Amino acid sequence: MMLFFRLFYEFFKVGLFAVGGGMATIPFLYDISARTGWFTQADLFNMIAVSESTPGPIGVNMATYVGYVTGMDVAGIPTAVLGAAVASLGLVAPSIIVILIIASFLKSFRDNKYVNSAFYGLRPTSAALIAAAGITVAVANLFYEEVIRTAGWCIEAVNIKGIILAVILWILTNKVKKTKGLHPIIFIAASAVVGIVFSFT
Amino acid sequence: MNLYADLFVTFARMGVMTFGGGYAMLPILQREVVQKKKWATDEEIMDYFAIGQCTPGIIAVNTATMIGQKQGGVAGGIIATLGLVFPSFLIITLLAGVIETFSHLAVVQKAFAGIRICVCVLILNAVIKLFRKAIVDKATLVIFIAVMSLAYFTSLNPVIFVIIAAVLGIVIQNFKGEGK
Repeated sequence: MMLFFRLFYEFFKVGLFAVGGGMATIPFLYDISARTGWFTQADLFNMIAVSESTPGPIGVNMATYVGYVTGMDVAGIPTAVLGAAVASLGLVAPSIIVILIIASFLKSFRDNKYVNSAFYGLRPTSAALIAAAGITVAVANLFYEEVIRTAGWCIEAVNIKGIILAVILWILTNKVKKTKGLHPIIFIAASAVVGIVFSFT
Repeated sequence: MNLYADLFVTFARMGVMTFGGGYAMLPILQREVVQKKKWATDEEIMDYFAIGQCTPGIIAVNTATMIGQKQGGVAGGIIATLGLVFPSFLIITLLAGVIETFSHLAVVQKAFAGIRICVCVLILNAVIKLFRKAIVDKATLVIFIAVMSLAYFTSLNPVIFVIIAAVLGIVIQNFKGEGK
């Protein structure tokens, strides 16, 4: 029972402090993973991919997925579904509360000097937190941490195939006119095929 | 149809049609809420998005709560939000079971190893986009570098950064205002 209260509390915090939605939830989920051990870093990356490839807001998808996986360990599918529900409700609860309060004085909130000033500091912070989480993700996936631990930084520690794929994907999503507007799900599906064919692990 | 049922169904439909949330939702909101239901005008939708961005939580959820609240009060806000979240909940719950069952297969692990590389690139793209909007002067650049380094090299709770950044934003902007 305690676990479900904690799930709600942890995702309530994510909903309250993740400003900007979607990817902004990643640093907070990363923090939850480190503190609770509910899911591993690799699980988190898989979750991001699943959330990007399914309909609905990414943050909600992530909460549902984490809640499900965490609840599963308690007593199978019923507690998994309960965990998914508790985590998603925890995530949206702060939004609902804050918006319902703000809705009554909508205009003055948007034009408020202090609100705008706070966001002057919050926007770079949100970007920086996602960047820091991104660096961790990149190091874990573009290098073999096991090799670094035993043999130090050397050429064998570099996931060359992975880096080549990353560079190609970056060019396709940023530089090539024909492909850069495509939905992420297409790149995710293509990467899955590449992963199976060329075997990165 | 009952207004609450209508709110639930309309936002549930939007939940199914939106991939990725946030701005991906904008064109669908315009079609469903502005053109079909006439629950809001184009300008109001833009306002909701702006407010959704500068309030805690997920933009899509914030927008749903605001439109629901306008149509059906507090209950309307809550029902619209639950409608939006419902399809995600259903789909992910079904999918999570499937992934958990097959995740030990070598083929699935290889697929996810490829997918994780793609996730790195997607996060990088998101950071670049946010960076362009958020870093407007030297002070914001310093905040970005400081927070990124501290978050990477320490295990401080991100909540601390968010609270300090909000206070810092107010202090810096106030200081600038007095300098003029």
